[in-house]
Amino acid sequence: MTSELDIFVGNTTLIDEDVYRLWLDGYSVTDAVALRVRSGILEQTGATAAVLQSDTMDHYRTFHMLERLLHAPPKLLHQLIFQIPPSRQALLIERYYAFDEAFVREVLGKKLSKGTKKDLDDISTKTGITLKSCRRQFDNFKRVFKVVEEMRGSLVDNIQQHFLLSDRLARDYAAIVFFANNRFETGKKKLQYLSFGDFAFCAELMIQNWTLGAVDSQMDDMDMDLDKEFLQDLKELKVLVADKDLLDLHKSLVCTALRGKLGVFSEMEANFKNLSRGLVNVAAKLTHNKDVRDLFVDLVEKFVEPCRSDHWPLSDVRFFLSQYAASVHSLDGFRHQTLWDRYMGTLRGCLLRLYHD
Amino acid sequence: MPGKLKVKIVAGRHLPVMDRASDLTDAFVEVKFGNTTFKTDVYLKSLNPQWNSEWFKFEVDDEDLQDEPLQITVLDHDTYSANDAIGKVYIDIDPLLYSEAATVISGWFPIYDTIHGIRGEINVVVKVDLFNDLNRFRQSSCGVKFFCTTSIPKCYRAVIIHGFVEELVVNEDPEYQWIDRIRTPRASNEARQRLISLMSGELQRKIGLKVLEMRGNAVVGYLQCFDLEGESGLVVRAIGTACTLDKLSSPAAFLPACNSPSKEMKESPLVHPPSHGCRSTHNSPIHTATGSRLTQNFSVSVPTLIYTGMGSGSAGKEGGPFKALLRQQTQSALEQRGGSPHRFCRRREFPFFTLTAFPPGFLVHVGGVVSARSVKLLDRIHNPDEPETRDAWWAEIRQEIKSHAKALGCHAVVGYSESTSICEEVCILSASGTAAVLNPRFLQDGTVEGCLEQRLEENLPTRCGFCHIPYDELNMPFPAHLTYCYNCRKQKVPDVLFTTIDLPTDATVIGKGCLIQARLCRLKKKAQAEANATAISNLLPFMEYEVHTQLMNKLKLKGMNALFGLRIQITVGENMLMGLASATGVYLAALPTPGGIQIAGKTPNDGSYEQHISHMQKKINDTIAKNKELYEINPPEISEEIIGSPIPEPRQRSRLLRSQSESSDEVTELDLSHGKKDAFVLEIDDTDAMEDVHSLLTDVPPPSGFYSCNTEIMPGINNWTSEIQMFTSVRVIRLSSLNLTNQALNKNFNDLCENLLKSLYFKLRSMIPCCLCHVNFTVSLPEDELIQVTVTAVAITFDKNQALQTTKTHVEKSLQRASTDNEELLQFPLELCSDSLPSHPLPPAKEHLESASSNSGIPAAQRATSVDYSSFADRCSSWIELIKLKAQTIRRGSIKTTVTVEKASPVGDGNFRNRPAPPCANSTVGVVKMTPLSFIPGAKITKYLGIINMFFIRETTSLREEGGVSGFLHAFIAEVFAMVRAHVAALGGNAVVSYIMKQCVFMENPNKNQAQCLINVSGDAVVFVRESDLEVVSTQQPTANCQSSGTEGEVTT
Repeated sequence: MTSELDIFVGNTTLIDEDVYRLWLDGYSVTDAVALRVRSGILEQTGATAAVLQSDTMDHYRTFHMLERLLHAPPKLLHQLIFQIPPSRQALLIERYYAFDEAFVREVLGKKLSKGTKKDLDDISTKTGITLKSCRRQFDNFKRVFKVVEEMRGSLVDNIQQHFLLSDRLARDYAAIVFFANNRFETGKKKLQYLSFGDFAFCAELMIQNWTLGAVDSQMDDMDMDLDKEFLQDLKELKVLVADKDLLDLHKSLVCTALRGKLGVFSEMEANFKNLSRGLVNVAAKLTHNKDVRDLFVDLVEKFVEPCRSDHWPLSDVRFFLSQYAASVHSLDGFRHQTLWDRYMGTLRGCLLRLYHD
Repeated sequence: MPGKLKVKIVAGRHLPVMDRASDLTDAFVEVKFGNTTFKTDVYLKSLNPQWNSEWFKFEVDDEDLQDEPLQITVLDHDTYSANDAIGKVYIDIDPLLYSEAATVISGWFPIYDTIHGIRGEINVVVKVDLFNDLNRFRQSSCGVKFFCTTSIPKCYRAVIIHGFVEELVVNEDPEYQWIDRIRTPRASNEARQRLISLMSGELQRKIGLKVLEMRGNAVVGYLQCFDLEGESGLVVRAIGTACTLDKLSSPAAFLPACNSPSKEMKESPLVHPPSHGCRSTHNSPIHTATGSRLTQNFSVSVPTLIYTGMGSGSAGKEGGPFKALLRQQTQSALEQRGGSPHRFCRRREFPFFTLTAFPPGFLVHVGGVVSARSVKLLDRIHNPDEPETRDAWWAEIRQEIKSHAKALGCHAVVGYSESTSICEEVCILSASGTAAVLNPRFLQDGTVEGCLEQRLEENLPTRCGFCHIPYDELNMPFPAHLTYCYNCRKQKVPDVLFTTIDLPTDATVIGKGCLIQARLCRLKKKAQAEANATAISNLLPFMEYEVHTQLMNKLKLKGMNALFGLRIQITVGENMLMGLASATGVYLAALPTPGGIQIAGKTPNDGSYEQHISHMQKKINDTIAKNKELYEINPPEISEEIIGSPIPEPRQRSRLLRSQSESSDEVTELDLSHGKKDAFVLEIDDTDAMEDVHSLLTDVPPPSGFYSCNTEIMPGINNWTSEIQMFTSVRVIRLSSLNLTNQALNKNFNDLCENLLKSLYFKLRSMIPCCLCHVNFTVSLPEDELIQVTVTAVAITFDKNQALQTTKTHVEKSLQRASTDNEELLQFPLELCSDSLPSHPLPPAKEHLESASSNSGIPAAQRATSVDYSSFADRCSSWIELIKLKAQTIRRGSIKTTVTVEKASPVGDGNFRNRPAPPCANSTVGVVKMTPLSFIPGAKITKYLGIINMFFIRETTSLREEGGVSGFLHAFIAEVFAMVRAHVAALGGNAVVSYIMKQCVFMENPNKNQAQCLINVSGDAVVFVRESDLEVVSTQQPTANCQSSGTEGEVTT
């Protein structure tokens, strides 16, 4: 006796959250059944393995049919085939678009192209995430990227509208899309200590302040591309380190303000010129695409690492950066105050986030 | 030209890409009705076209309106080659043809293609302007309402229940026409879909005409089926119960009795004070017939074998045990025909009722299940216009059913249904029902039957009346074991009662019910034509007998004494016959405690064998005790003295080789209740019998928190909460073809059903505590080694905490319901409410009610007040109805609609109908509930929108790519649900009740990567309101009423 056909169709589509998770994690039916057995469900319910097998198959079939709709979530809301309560629809979408931290760190800032897709095998082996799940996550990134690529308006809003994601998840996707578009390098060994959350935080700040959208809300691609004009202007900041008087004045202003308030004052005083040079040079280099990509590498190399080697506490870094940014306003010979604020405001936020072990 | 059909094509969405180059589609729509076709413009390059067409107008006969479906075809325009079809929508416009149902069909319909499934959606608006046609000889029957529900629909009152209506139409099956060789599968499928739709319409119209002839206005319990007879054609047949229904909330109900349609209704049986009790007129000594006790209440028809073209020569071969029974039956039937008191039934051809639940007082006595089967050889239907052969076949079966009922002393058959099973050219026709005595007051011309009336007066007031035997004890149609009713102790009751109806609402039940199934397979040699038919008809009686024995054993094992909703399905295949009986077992308080099951061995001297037997006996006794605990069956102990002199029992225990006291020494303490009663003896004389006993014990009870039944409501549970989940589950197993034996086959089949149930329990575990209601199993044998089981049921959650007080609330509820109905019958609601409402405020009335519930004899005065109280809610809802009616006329009259009017109609005809296409991304599709039950827990049905009867074919030539057979069928059933929901939503409804999947024919050819499936579903589209919402509205009633009348004035001026 073999089962040729075995189906269950409810008027309201049954969604089992546990099975959905197993499916999303890319397990085969056999593996999923084994995992479910291990969870002790048979003992709890008194079911047999055959029942579990049939149940898992049913759910997998349903998810497979739903997947097409999940690729365009508004379709899931309007379709008539599966009657699913709104809360469940939201859950389906949210979980489908959720991603693994380990996976996103591997592809963050990489071009979402076929080439990267070929590397998924390696990523899968490296992270222990099934290839199936890697593919889903990668395809999700790519799909979102394609849809919002040439759209006007706020990146987060566009993502939310077209994929019906929660605010949190939509922000994460905005960061992923932003990183993919600007190809920021995140994979270097130096950067390994950073989490996706760190990058997402920086991305949000940069989108808010450094993109076209920050100045003009009616442009295509406004939140994806950095404001080219702004990047060009950043060259003007070079004067802060090129002009020796200005640099000395800047240093003395900062040192006066921070004397007695900083635990690492002497280290700061000794390193001030190096740090300042590092920060201003990063700004000045951003006209080149390649240097834009290395932004995070540079920040870590030029600022985070020197401070860390001198054991600056985070509070001191905060004090220093505030004072460093604010003191520029007292430099009479410096004319690019607004530009400085636009640059330093964001950079300060990013650096504070990046400054940890 | 009595009707104008208007159709507007608004828009499409989610269309498939038809042009690979542009990834877009140039779609246009063809709208066809009868022979007229209109086309919309081509909407270029879009997957979401906005046609916004003009109104396409069809001027048609109402006959066509009833028969023809509206056919909407979406196509992709192609300049150079033929236009490609995207898919179709068939819309049955019948619901628009009667005034009370929907007035417009408007909404998104899935565009369906028989090869690709659903491909996007289309927004359509359909209206009908109907001109009154008073032509007496008209061919149409517009205005007759159809209900699938097998009880009087919730917002109607039955004025008269006329009786049985049936009709069948036949045609050639397009799949078997010569043209099918040259046309595409799509064209063939569409031809079939269209033909069946057309035939359904015609059938419904013809039945409607019969109803009008009987002066009825509705068909309740409408069941339409189609038989795919292959080469010999296509038969669409339907049965139903003609009624005259009155809308409860129609304005007429407010006027005191001036338009009372039938005079006799005033004199309702329930007006009589209930103190008459059950005075027995039977003073004859009681005899208990001897003989086989296995056939209680169960008359089995001998299958008559008839070859078409050879006349109706009966070649019936009855199985051994039935000979005696049959002789008795025919005898008593003959006797009764002589001087029978049932003159009434001879007037009507077939006094059958497809209803399974009845207004209180309608059902007087229940005799037992009557069934008849006959094996026929199919022959090509030569002239589709004269389907006489098929008519004659059914007439014959019905005649047989009728005579069985007569033999049981009953003049009517309730819970009646018909079915067929076809394999190649052999067809088994089956009919079954429950023989019953009915209260003639509800029937059109049965009012003057003095004899019956006398009976009624005696028995009506008691709640055990329906259990009392209708037949004469002296001329018992079959051997039965009678005792005095355990409730009234005056009348005789049988020891076991089998019925096909639902449990009457006023029946007293102890404990809870449970699903009981008997499953059986019999191998049969492959044969051709006559030889095959003979083989089948020889097997049938044995199968019936065994199914019955299994049911009886399982019932006893559950410690119960009655079966409701019994449905026995016999399915014929190439090399086997399958029998599946499902019913809901209950313990009726009026019937005696069932005896246990006793095992008797053939060789009493063998020691080890003896031990084995006693071990089994112990196991059985344990199971009975466990079941009693599980289903909370603890009837009050009744001493023999109260019951009165025991009926002389035939102490014929010759077959009993071991006495009860001997065998169950160790288990006496477990086995108190059935120890002294006569036990049901199972003889174990060979391995077969041993297998049977084993299989009895293999049925596992559902896990805790789960209950199941195949009736509308679960006996013993009534505190339903609102969560429902309707589902269909299909399983097909392939038998290993090598040395199949009956035992192996039985085991396979049994496992299949049990595993299926286990799967259901597992899947629905999140709903615990819950009950699977209306569990409906269907078995088919699509191929040699394949068994297909289809289950449709609904899981309903209930509140466990409230369950403790259920008995009381149940009584209260049933009283309340009874009194509401009484009031409805009385036809003078206003008189009652006008003087008693102000003088009796609600709380005292409730007190009365409570005291009434504790007191079995209810004084008439108190009854009056309780009538008031309970009818209050009903009146409120009628106000709502009235207001809605007004609101609607206002809306139709002018564009201006005030907010108050909208508020006053809570269900929102408006809400559903005026629903615009939701532009906002977060708005979802409206929820449509589906249930096989006639009600929705926690909600009140406010409107019936018409019958849904849909037929779909799906075919694939890429089975593997669609996920194999499971993927294919899973998707198809989901699509069928979607299309049903879409049609209901378009009618303005939010639920389908009495939903049934009548057919699910699945065929596969994995080698060719092909599969085909046909599904036929039906149900009633309704609008329901949550009871919680209703309460809010009813408190606002008076003001809303004033306001709406105010606005009406405003608009008219």
